[in-house]
Amino acid sequence: MTVSNDSELEEQIAGWRAYVERRPEIHGGDADELEDHLRSRITELTDAGLQEDEAFLIAVKRMGTLDDVSREFAREHSERLWKQLVLPAEPDAPTVARSRRELPVALFCAVLAALAVKAPALFGVGLGGFYARNLGLFVLAPLAGYFVWQRRVSPRVVAVLTGLFVLGAVFANVYPLDDDSQSVVLTALHLPLALWLVVGVAYVGGEWLSAQRRMDFIRFTGEWAIYYVLLALGGGVLTGITVNVFSAIGVNTDDFVGSWLVPCGAAGAVVVAAWLVEAKQSVIENMAPVLTRVFTPLFAVALLAFLVAFVVSGHGIDVDRDVLILFDVLLVLVLGLLLYAISARDPLARAGLFDRVQLGLVISALLIDALVLVAITGRITEFGFTPNKTAALGENLVLLANLAWSAWLFFGFVRNRAPFARLERWQTGYVLVYAAWAWVVVLVFPPIFGFR
Amino acid sequence: MRLTKDLVAASATPLVLGILADGDSYGYAILKQVNELSGGEIEWTDGLLYPLLHRLERVGHVESAWETPPGGRRRKYYRITGQGRAELAEQRRQWTTVVETLRGVWEIAPLPRPAWEAGL
Repeated sequence: MTVSNDSELEEQIAGWRAYVERRPEIHGGDADELEDHLRSRITELTDAGLQEDEAFLIAVKRMGTLDDVSREFAREHSERLWKQLVLPAEPDAPTVARSRRELPVALFCAVLAALAVKAPALFGVGLGGFYARNLGLFVLAPLAGYFVWQRRVSPRVVAVLTGLFVLGAVFANVYPLDDDSQSVVLTALHLPLALWLVVGVAYVGGEWLSAQRRMDFIRFTGEWAIYYVLLALGGGVLTGITVNVFSAIGVNTDDFVGSWLVPCGAAGAVVVAAWLVEAKQSVIENMAPVLTRVFTPLFAVALLAFLVAFVVSGHGIDVDRDVLILFDVLLVLVLGLLLYAISARDPLARAGLFDRVQLGLVISALLIDALVLVAITGRITEFGFTPNKTAALGENLVLLANLAWSAWLFFGFVRNRAPFARLERWQTGYVLVYAAWAWVVVLVFPPIFGFR
Repeated sequence: MRLTKDLVAASATPLVLGILADGDSYGYAILKQVNELSGGEIEWTDGLLYPLLHRLERVGHVESAWETPPGGRRRKYYRITGQGRAELAEQRRQWTTVVETLRGVWEIAPLPRPAWEAGL
């Protein structure tokens, strides 16, 4: 075997490796691993008497087509794909045509959402309570439609989605609720949550049993919220400028802005934000994990400071009616920080300082919540249950259970006793509990509390 | 003989865990061993072994570490964990059940004869 032969083989291997590394799903370490494999195979074949170039060809063939291999890597490491978007699609013509139709279809769904919001008012159908009950339906149905088209969801799943939306529509409107009853407010808050998770079924293309696809939906939810806030800020600037520019020439646009621009914009932005998350994943760094990194230590410090102050001052917690809600919000925040740290984490990385800070945050939130729960139980036994209090208390318990078990799993992970995946699986599994709770509040609460 | 895709998918995990239970190993050596143990009958697509190993690592059945022998190239070794051994034992129990049941089935159901011989 001559030297020139050898360097030719090296060149071929380097070329193969460069080709492999162009795949976003395959990271540097994996390419090392595959290259080591390729070299072992080549050595074996040349030892058996093959020429180097023949051995190289056979070794590459045995490796499997790169499309298959990288698809398997993508399945296993879906978090890597997040920056790169969807599984490497078969490069057939329909796909290309589809991606060109992406924007028009998204805009069509956005317009649908805007029209759905405006249509009842145009036909003179009620205000106030009617909108509070149905707003979630109006904007989330077109969003689900967008994902049905985008993911080519199977007819069976479409039937399930339709069924759930119809269920929501019927029960939001069939109960005789006063516009100022507590139950209307609860439905207005919980129906969108329930339907958002239904949208999730469309988002994952019907594969709602897959933990990894659920985690993708959790990632999507965080990014969507951030895009929506950004769009809302931009919309606010647009609105402010429109109103002021027109008023400078003496034209009053308040009516147009108030009854068209803002509601239609807010409804359409729901779909547009979803489209942006889908389309721009590869362009910018994901935002939710970045914010999580910044705010996890800050929240941990704030909560610890509160605990210290609580002990030092010896002052009990003033339990008034909004306290439960406040602490629900706190738990949601802590849970959000936990979720988005999980979603962006390399599941194989060892526990680090950040994980300890996160554990500290979760534990202090749990302690504070326990204090509040003790204070509040007395109050509820004294004054009895109302829909609001029951819902707030139920949410508190749902979140508390999640965080307590998360803390336990996290504790095992920080001590290298349990793999990180267990925590991930717990969180993706728990999504079902949220869905169940939201539906219970919408479907069961009004009759239980006599439509108060 | 080519096994069907489902059979490969079902048997890959116990095969890999079983080989690792015998001692730490790396991807290429695992493939060689599967090939040898099956008398050359089972041949996996080489590249697809690695996503499987990574999955086993993520769920905690195996651990991995890069090792560089003096004068050699860097290589990723896999080691079975306690959890992986438990999983292997469980898989083994299940496979034994399946194999024994199948053995019974083969006895009561001989290979089918063509229909005309059966007089139908």
